[in-house]
Amino acid sequence: MMPRAKLVQQKRDAAAAWLDAHALPEGGVWATKARKAAEARLREMGMPSKRDEYWRYSDPRRLTDAAAQSASVIDTGDAQPLFDQVDRVKLVFVDGAFDAAASDAPELAGVEICQLGDAARSDLHWAQDVYGVLEARGQTPVARPLASLNTAFATAGLLIRVTGQVQRPLALIYRRSSETADALMHHVIRLDAGAELTLLEDGPVAARYNQVTEIDLGDGARLHHIRAQGRDHERVGATHLFARLGAKAQLKSFTLSANGALTRNEAVIWLDGSEGTAHIAGACVGDGAFHHDDTVFVNHAAPRCESRQVYKKVLRHGAVGVFQGKILVDQIAQLTDGYQISQSLLLDEDAQFLAKPELEIYADDVKCSHGSTSGEIDANQFFYLRARGVPKAQARMLLVLAFLAEALDEIEDDTLAADLRDHLEAWLSRRA
Amino acid sequence: MLEINNLHAELEEDSEVKILKGLSLTINPGEVHAIMGPNGSGKSTLSYVLSGRDGYEVTEGGATLDGADLLDMEPEERAAAGLFLAFQYPVEIPGVGNMTFLRTAVNAQRKARGEEELSAGEFLKLVRAKAKELQIDADMLKRPVNVGFSGGEKKRNEILQMAMLEPKMCILDETDSGLDVDAMKLVSDGVNALRDAGRSFLIITHYQRLLNHIKPDVVHIMSDGRIIKTGGPELALEVEENGYTDLLAEAAT
Repeated sequence: MMPRAKLVQQKRDAAAAWLDAHALPEGGVWATKARKAAEARLREMGMPSKRDEYWRYSDPRRLTDAAAQSASVIDTGDAQPLFDQVDRVKLVFVDGAFDAAASDAPELAGVEICQLGDAARSDLHWAQDVYGVLEARGQTPVARPLASLNTAFATAGLLIRVTGQVQRPLALIYRRSSETADALMHHVIRLDAGAELTLLEDGPVAARYNQVTEIDLGDGARLHHIRAQGRDHERVGATHLFARLGAKAQLKSFTLSANGALTRNEAVIWLDGSEGTAHIAGACVGDGAFHHDDTVFVNHAAPRCESRQVYKKVLRHGAVGVFQGKILVDQIAQLTDGYQISQSLLLDEDAQFLAKPELEIYADDVKCSHGSTSGEIDANQFFYLRARGVPKAQARMLLVLAFLAEALDEIEDDTLAADLRDHLEAWLSRRA
Repeated sequence: MLEINNLHAELEEDSEVKILKGLSLTINPGEVHAIMGPNGSGKSTLSYVLSGRDGYEVTEGGATLDGADLLDMEPEERAAAGLFLAFQYPVEIPGVGNMTFLRTAVNAQRKARGEEELSAGEFLKLVRAKAKELQIDADMLKRPVNVGFSGGEKKRNEILQMAMLEPKMCILDETDSGLDVDAMKLVSDGVNALRDAGRSFLIITHYQRLLNHIKPDVVHIMSDGRIIKTGGPELALEVEENGYTDLLAEAAT
């Protein structure tokens, strides 16, 4: 085994090489300060390596290589785009860059929206209290170098501040046109006390992308976040979601992933105020050259909070699913209610699921449970459906959707959930 | 309707375990036959082999439904051809709504037979009417298939499926097990309502009591993978009074 010092040096060398090849974007005082700090963090941590415990199940090389590999752009052929029947404000990005012509006017009562690129040129901005701040906090207990790299270099993204209870969802639509685009995107979302927003994200972003979303929820604020990561097969992506919740704040976040050569979705949640609620869920379906990694850290840092993690993966033909999930309960966080479940449905013997569930609890009066299972289609259920006349492929699809249902049930809005389910069913039936 | 001829079957994973050893049986349209027999005689295996469950190897003989070779068909093809098995242990399917399940099954069978699929409205009307007869409430239709159902509710749900699918040949595998008197009456009434000249039944049971409610035309006694005696309804009463011992001894001689 490689000595630790040598590994650290290699990682730092890799980061230095990357930093030497890229200049920090020019900007105003606040952004430059945040970027320099992030650059210093990256230099210290080094690039992620397959030898890191934290990257044990997913090789980060394709995310850290000098250039993105080419990934073909697929035509989804969907008659109706996801969330199309919902009245929403659409903001479109192509290959990770904002496309004003394709977007609605960024006007929504109770919401201020500006481009990261514009805001970064000013010397002062409200986002300075969040941008790179939550990401920096998320560097412990484990390093997340790709997020620091993003903070340092991203120029695309939105700064969204919500001051009221917004009924109409805000939809970020990510389209692709280039086979080799390498995108960095960084959003900051701040909800003032008592504010509410539904945020939709849909699309494969770019051939390779690195996305950071920092979310700051004031007391009693509620964010409903639903994300679908497109269906392009060859694209690779790393996303980080950092969220801080004030007292009685609510975060509900759901991610649907289909296809994608490599996806690493990290979520870092801090329940900082009492009686906060964080529900994060994911459903993924992978077939063939597919590697999907959900890495989740939930920190109960205040009493009487509730957290749920529900992750379901359907895998076949060599697809690999990874789940690393941790609940950390601080000593102060009495009466914590924490739940974590990760499950995979392996449709054949080539598929693989790797899970590392962890609980670390320092408070003595808490309710925490976790579970992880791997299984195949239940033969009794399969036969029961067929004995009632349901053909094989349709029976299998019903059982796959039934397996994913627990994760989809985490979506509060029935219309949005039904829309996701219908799209998923259409995709699966094309593949059956 | 159903013709079983010299059927031999063994466990797929252990050919030493021979379960059906030359079973023959003919059920004509409109007839109700009952099969009784002690535990381990192969009654449930017969229902599984006929409906196409994995795990059994047919080594000799055959079975036809209206002349078509049943054993050559996939389970869903047998269902579309008109075969229905009411399960001894109906399976729970979390995540699949009972209504979705019923509608998928009904329309899959209609499609396989080249018939028009039922619209959502037509289906709803039909299922509500049939459910009412079986005292199945809206909540049971909404819940996932058999999840959290009592034993009696599960069996009523089986009969509801039968009523919706309108099969030609119904096999009831120990439908009376786990039923109290009231549930037995409901289930039996449901079955009796489906009796007609074009539909046949094969009722597998341990006990005679179900046969008080669903009157059979023919009763078979099964033992060690074969039919050892065939008679009228009085044969079931004889079993109820004397048990199987005498019949088995008689067959052995």
